[in-house]
Amino acid sequence: MMTTEMANTVQVPARAAGRSSSMALLVLIAGWLVPGAGHFLLGKWVRGVLLFASLVLMFSVGLALHGKIYSPNTGDLLDILNFAGDLGSGLLYVVAKMFDLGAAAVVTVSADYGTKFMVVAGLLNVIAAVDAHSLATGRKAS
Amino acid sequence: MTITHFDAVLLFSLFASIVFGITQRSEPRMMIRFGVFCFGLFVLGTVAASWLMWLVKH
Repeated sequence: MMTTEMANTVQVPARAAGRSSSMALLVLIAGWLVPGAGHFLLGKWVRGVLLFASLVLMFSVGLALHGKIYSPNTGDLLDILNFAGDLGSGLLYVVAKMFDLGAAAVVTVSADYGTKFMVVAGLLNVIAAVDAHSLATGRKAS
Repeated sequence: MTITHFDAVLLFSLFASIVFGITQRSEPRMMIRFGVFCFGLFVLGTVAASWLMWLVKH
């Protein structure tokens, strides 16, 4: 009995620090779709602005360098992995694909850099979205 | 748009370091320290790897 009471007492702060699972899921998806949006939803404005600026600029530099935007169904394993990286950018990838931005093929060294910039921007965005989710659930302190 | 190899290194390091700093540490002071550490590691690591490749070739 006493042990149960103690256990409940210990669990209270952890629950209070976290938010509802639906809110945490919303933060995760928003952070994936728009870089930094998860942190905006949690009121972490400075972090959100820095993440948004960094990831949008990184993706934009990649486009400006004529980097390649990957498609899902080429059949090549490396293309599929790069597509998964690109997809991490969320709406940036959708907009780039919709307006046919980026090059169809990599022809210069700087275009290869651009391709990597966009893929890594997507992967970093996934890290940022997961960080926002961790803040929402209370797994990360602040 | 065209940039040099070193410009690309600096830009990549800057953007990646900002994200690493924010996501891998909890306190603002530690975020800045870790971001600067990552930036230095990215740039110095790339320069070191470049010299290593030069030595392998020659």
